[in-house]
Amino acid sequence: MSAPFDINDDSVVVIIGTGAGGGTLANELAQKGISVVALEAGGRHLPQDYLNDEWPSFGQLAWTDMRTTSGSWRVATDFPNLPAWIVKAVGGSTVHWAGASLRFQEHEFKVKSEYGEIEGANLLDWPITLADLEPYYDKAEDKLGVTRTNGIEGLPENNNFKVMKAGADKLGYKDCHTGRMAINSKPWKGRASCQQLGFCFQGCKMGAKWSSAYTEIPFGEATGNLEVREHAHVLKIEHDDSGMITGVLYADKDGNQHLQKCRIACVAGNSIESPRILLNSASSLFPDGLANSSGQVGKNYMRHMTGSVYASFENPVHMYRGTTMAGIITDESINDPARGFVGGYEMETLSIGPAFMAAFLNPGAWGREFSAAMDTYSHMAGMWLVGEDMPQETNAITLSEEKDHLGMPVANVHFDDHPNDIAMRNHAYQQGKAVYDAVGATQTHPTPPYPSTHNMGTNRMSENAGDGVVNKWGQSHDIPNLFVSDGSQFTTGAAENPTLTIVTLAIRQADYIAEQLTTKAL
Amino acid sequence: MSTERIIPHTSLQQHKPKTELMKLTRRQLLSRTLAVSSSLMLGGSFITASDAAWAMELKVLKPETMTTLIQMARDIYPHDNFGDDLYAAAVKGHDDKAAEDTEFRTLIDDGVASLDMAAVDAGHANYLATGWESERVALLRSIESGDFFKTIRGGLVVGLYNQATVWEKLGYEGSSFEKGGYLYRGFDDIKWL
Repeated sequence: MSAPFDINDDSVVVIIGTGAGGGTLANELAQKGISVVALEAGGRHLPQDYLNDEWPSFGQLAWTDMRTTSGSWRVATDFPNLPAWIVKAVGGSTVHWAGASLRFQEHEFKVKSEYGEIEGANLLDWPITLADLEPYYDKAEDKLGVTRTNGIEGLPENNNFKVMKAGADKLGYKDCHTGRMAINSKPWKGRASCQQLGFCFQGCKMGAKWSSAYTEIPFGEATGNLEVREHAHVLKIEHDDSGMITGVLYADKDGNQHLQKCRIACVAGNSIESPRILLNSASSLFPDGLANSSGQVGKNYMRHMTGSVYASFENPVHMYRGTTMAGIITDESINDPARGFVGGYEMETLSIGPAFMAAFLNPGAWGREFSAAMDTYSHMAGMWLVGEDMPQETNAITLSEEKDHLGMPVANVHFDDHPNDIAMRNHAYQQGKAVYDAVGATQTHPTPPYPSTHNMGTNRMSENAGDGVVNKWGQSHDIPNLFVSDGSQFTTGAAENPTLTIVTLAIRQADYIAEQLTTKAL
Repeated sequence: MSTERIIPHTSLQQHKPKTELMKLTRRQLLSRTLAVSSSLMLGGSFITASDAAWAMELKVLKPETMTTLIQMARDIYPHDNFGDDLYAAAVKGHDDKAAEDTEFRTLIDDGVASLDMAAVDAGHANYLATGWESERVALLRSIESGDFFKTIRGGLVVGLYNQATVWEKLGYEGSSFEKGGYLYRGFDDIKWL
């Protein structure tokens, strides 16, 4: 059989979502000759459609369907219906990601053992180690064309990076460079090299940045084994009396409902929608939702400790010229509890245009202090601080009272910072300020976390079925033909940007699923 | 801020003076106005700069109301090198919305009325007649937790800062793909480090 597939074809693998996890898995399976139907809630936008203009691009790409928020995080006040800034389109958030591609560190796979008991934190070791993932990290770096791997040189230094580097050198930081980026410093696998457009977050019009939208998805489609259905909103996953998954119910663009039968279902809708779908699929057999015998579906929501520091200088910087995430300081990513917190953080340059700066520099602020900062825009440098946050059972995706256009409860995102997150953020703010002060900043602006771009951990991986939702292959402990294929399977969040690890897990999961199909285990 | 509020309203992006007004000569235009501040003149259903460099025709809001919104906009995000036209463009959408939504129109009219009342209580004729920025800012602080202020301020985040002219003034060069990116246009030209 080749695509398109019949709605009643129960031999297909259905994948929900086409981002870093779902898009990669779809292509990997298709390459192995496995029939895949990918259901994507959004439409298809390709480089020629992307806009070098922040708000119109946001309107084109962002997931703005209703969500609700609760908890003490500031996002719940400033952006109560926008807890996360992620993409609703073929390719998911790989369309707007910055491209930072860092491997997790060895100790970050076993934080419970490393950090010990932390009050209020629901820590757990991953059921896999860095050594387990290394061969797959190799494959992922090759797939993405990550700079500083496979002999690919780093990207050139832009102005924003040069300011950070000069400060890092003065502070004695040792590991500061233009990053390991899935952005081409030279043409790679049919994609052009970076022209320093400065609009990585708006979709790369050069296609120089890896995105599953224009790599994995068309590569998979070219095999004839992958069918992508756009504007397909999943309502629930259905099962038979034995508890095995039989199909996925979705609504098309016009609201008409369809049940795609399947042999295996893989959920990759990101860490907010994936648990929402599992919870919305509750049945008499699974009254608490699918794959939820542990009670951990939706729990342990992580978003990384984040914050930004923007600094103003006497002379111009023009930070917006060139790659958004143009370099990194990794020295603070170690675990050194002497700093007053466990885990570590990365310091990565970041630049946003004045339209987004006005929205995010200090949401709600007004008056001369705010506009004076905006007046220095062309003289600003900026960095994003991203570190490991503590999983907490109370930080959770639950079903809201509110319903979406299809009548399904929307996700509520509850989040409170853990004291460890706050201690880390304060340290990171100080160090970020010190970097810029070292090169003569006239003013620094600690900037609160944006709506979450890194969403992790709500269907976590665990050795024991009682501790988590999926096993080390991302397979449900409860339902063998149900998989989780996105960042929600992360046991803990590590300090690094999650995409490379999501891709790595998807490549590995594809091997496992293929083997399970071959041996008729599934 | 709701999601809806942070998605830009296209009508807020760039205001162009309306054609009816543009048919008038500068003298004809100014002959129909009354000065309310050093830089703004009011007509029956329009506002114009005192040099008639730009004009805004209004659908439903009173010219005094719109002038108050323009002054509020400047007081909320004061950029002394921005002309009134940029602030006018930033709040113009409220007139459009008020024309379609009577509840919204009431929010604006009542909001301006209570701001003027606060000014009267502070010993001024109204908000616009409150002479010093610091005094006007104190009046705004007294209403900042209310829906009216939140609506105006929230709208300005996009309405003011999503204008190409504002970007130019802030030194931002914007869209680059059509110019070949910044690779040959200064992405690494910093010299002072």
